[in-house]
Amino acid sequence: MASNESSLTRRQLGGIGAAAVTLAAMGGIQAAVNTAAAQAAGTIKVGVLHSLSGTMAISETTLKDVMLMLIEQQNAKGGLLGKKLEAVVVDPASNWPLFAEKARQLLSVDKCAAVFGCWTSVSRKSVLPVFEELNGILFYPVQYEGQECSRNVFYTGAAPNQQAIPAVDYLASEEKVQRWVLAGTDYVYPRTTNQILEAYLKDVKKVHPDDIMINYTPFGHSDWQNIVASIKKFGSAGKKTAVVSTINGDANVPFYKELGNQGIKATDIPVVAFSVGEEELAGLDTKPLVGHLAAWNYFESVDTPSNKTFIDAWHKFTNKPNRTTNDPMEAHYIGFNMWVKGVEKAGTTEPNAVIDALIGVSVPNLSGGYSAMMPNHHITKPVLIGEIQDNGQFNIVSQTPGLVVAQEWSPYVADTKDLIGDWRQPLHCGAFNVKTGKCGSGGGKKA
Amino acid sequence: MKRFLTLLLFSLLVLSPLAARAQSADEALAALGSGNYDQIRHGVEQLAFSGDPRALAILSALQSGKLYVRADHVLFIKQDDGSFVDAAAGKPAPDVMASGVKQVRMNNPVRGAVDAALGSLRLFATDPGARLQAAEAVFHSHDPAALPALDKALAKETDAAVKTRMEQARAAAILFSDDAKDAARLAAVDVIHARGDLDSRALLDGLANQPPEVAKAAAAAVAAIDRVLQLWGILQSIYYGISLGSVLLLAAAGLAITFGVMGVINMAHGEMVMLGAYVTFVVQQSLHSAAPGLFGASLLIAAPLAFIVAGLVGIIIERTLIRWLYGRPLETLLATWGLSLVLQQAVRSIFGADNRNVSTPDWMSGATQWGGLTITYNRLYIIIFAAMVLMALMAALRYTPLGLQMRAVTQNRRMAAAMGIRTPWIDALTFGLGSGVAGMAGVALSQIDNVSPNLGQGYIIDSFMVVVFGGVGNLWGTLVGALTLGVVNKFLEPFAGAVLGKIVVLILLILFIQRRPRGMFPLKGRAVEA
Repeated sequence: MASNESSLTRRQLGGIGAAAVTLAAMGGIQAAVNTAAAQAAGTIKVGVLHSLSGTMAISETTLKDVMLMLIEQQNAKGGLLGKKLEAVVVDPASNWPLFAEKARQLLSVDKCAAVFGCWTSVSRKSVLPVFEELNGILFYPVQYEGQECSRNVFYTGAAPNQQAIPAVDYLASEEKVQRWVLAGTDYVYPRTTNQILEAYLKDVKKVHPDDIMINYTPFGHSDWQNIVASIKKFGSAGKKTAVVSTINGDANVPFYKELGNQGIKATDIPVVAFSVGEEELAGLDTKPLVGHLAAWNYFESVDTPSNKTFIDAWHKFTNKPNRTTNDPMEAHYIGFNMWVKGVEKAGTTEPNAVIDALIGVSVPNLSGGYSAMMPNHHITKPVLIGEIQDNGQFNIVSQTPGLVVAQEWSPYVADTKDLIGDWRQPLHCGAFNVKTGKCGSGGGKKA
Repeated sequence: MKRFLTLLLFSLLVLSPLAARAQSADEALAALGSGNYDQIRHGVEQLAFSGDPRALAILSALQSGKLYVRADHVLFIKQDDGSFVDAAAGKPAPDVMASGVKQVRMNNPVRGAVDAALGSLRLFATDPGARLQAAEAVFHSHDPAALPALDKALAKETDAAVKTRMEQARAAAILFSDDAKDAARLAAVDVIHARGDLDSRALLDGLANQPPEVAKAAAAAVAAIDRVLQLWGILQSIYYGISLGSVLLLAAAGLAITFGVMGVINMAHGEMVMLGAYVTFVVQQSLHSAAPGLFGASLLIAAPLAFIVAGLVGIIIERTLIRWLYGRPLETLLATWGLSLVLQQAVRSIFGADNRNVSTPDWMSGATQWGGLTITYNRLYIIIFAAMVLMALMAALRYTPLGLQMRAVTQNRRMAAAMGIRTPWIDALTFGLGSGVAGMAGVALSQIDNVSPNLGQGYIIDSFMVVVFGGVGNLWGTLVGALTLGVVNKFLEPFAGAVLGKIVVLILLILFIQRRPRGMFPLKGRAVEA
């Protein structure tokens, strides 16, 4: 040890140690006082697990705000089971391992009765073991790739057959698309969705493998020059070409800007996106993007009285008359109302009772119909295809006449085409193989 | 009697096509008001070829979103002052309220049909630019029904560029018509081959039902165009590589100087870039409210401001933090990394964690074609900006007294101090200069990347890669290093993908450093190597 390096004497070390222990004890006492106070006051805690910083903040911040609005509205109606609801908001910062840590904190420290959260599938996969271990309830509001059916998760977003497959069908039939570019961010959702879409295009639509180009980019990718140029080149083979985009987060902004800069019009090569909605377009000049598409189960431009009421309440709550609404917000609206109804049906917030009570619950959605929670923990949704307008809103160009039931296990992938999920008794299984009659691991354990 | 009957028959024969035309135009108008996208598209096509004089006005209104329909399916065109004109009659309709009519919307197939229809209708416009666009639209739609109009327009055309485009459109239409002769088709293939861009390749590749000679000629033309496009593609990759390299150069130039002069590993360098981007945001916000007319010059105003702000922050950092840690590289690394976290959180607290919207001025949007190259304006101006910054930096180092002192301190610090140079002051100014350059890089980056508190994190690793590769302290090394890394990355990307391409570049860099640990152009000198 060099002599000029300061070293702690034993007394100083002891002093620091005592200070640390005191601080920890104070923190512990404070937490205990909080929970005791909360239980004494009688609030039900609702966890909000959305990224408020990082690459996904552009999409997830508004979901935190809509949860706060829904909780405030429910408290104005008198709360739940006679108690007030309290929101516990954490920021996992687009950091997937941090999602798992925060989920554990929400369930074991804050004792949340339910958690509403996640956007990217990698964040959901990170928190899945935590929710199954601690028997919590997660409402997941975002469209995803399917191939999962956990007992502790309620999927209020679209499965591929409620978004991706109808979008491909629309492009093939209405815009006569014959060549396909599948462009996505490099993580589980785009990889799995593209696996399903590739199988669907090749086996069902009889598309030649040379007519499919697949491309992945990292989160936050900003240099799209090469990729947009190669899309242009791929699209000049004399057949109508379209891009199916599973790009997530703020990488979409430079992507659309580059499309506009290189002059790719929607009438030449249309881009249909699954993770781009009103919120992601809010900061963009959408004039060069008019005609590009998105597939969701809800758009802000849906013309129903219930949607108008929701949008008015949202503008009042945020105090901003031009804050947009989007599909995952509607999913939280449906999920939250379903949870409230489920708790009232069960008479308690105890997870096992609520999980069983939620199946079959039906609440109104914002497009004029009803959404029902199915035994596979997914909900029924209409499918809407919209084209971007120059004001950042969507013009709905296609709509399924009725509601579509989710197929959580894809029938186009060999490993999963025989699987179904059904959490009612007697099956009580997330991945039941109808051919072999055995219950496999489907991202869910038997209770 | 006979004469009367023949007159009647004759007039009926003459009038009936006119009546039929008017009838088909009315059918087309009814289809436009139907609300069904397929019917609207048929209506557009029918209206275009009805020859009806109202077609141009109605279709233009539909394209610009000014066509409205009332509940009784009557069409109106909205004028600039908000009043409505009856589309069918052409007369003003003062009693129509905005709440009583709905906009006639389009989907992509309708939009394509409208573009094609307007193309053939605008072939006779007075403005040559409009005629050029019309010819281009007909080329894209390659509808044989436009041939008569094209022939008439070609006969009248005087502008050479427009004439060429019309001939290309005519060739496209001929190839898709059923009754063109083989000789005409072969000539058409040659005309389109001469055009030689991606659109012509697409058209030739998509031909079907052609006689065998024509099909062979088209296939040969496609192969020839592909060869030419491949060469252009290589040039295009080089251009992309240079543009990526210019971004890396801007980010790394400041680091090369601070690393070179002071040997300080500054992990907060990315945050200086981020500060420059936020300065651009603040400048644009103030211009929006104070002087909207100056918005086009917002970047020119932001660049020197970003230099000053980031430079001042750099000097403050040096005086308060770095000064105490000289000769202790690990502590400097840790301290500056902690500082980067503090700066990120400070910006998050002041501006919020969301991305901030920095818009691109009009003169920087869009692209232009140089032969087969697509040059996007924002990247072009960033390349020019990076070159100017580099030259200014080199000039500052070469010709100013400060630059002389900096170079002296870089080569031999103790001798420079013995010569009377105040090395602590030089250190502070060097750090300020390096950070200021990073701030200007932030102004450029705000145009191509999202402005968020995490902006710097994406560029710090790349900056260090460039500096290590190019040689520490050497601006020429930084230039060559940045351009090489950019070009290599862009050439790898089509084959390996964005993710794997970056990994390969890193591995190559590691291998390079094994052979030449001090980079490509290391500074030589006894004290430097000590």
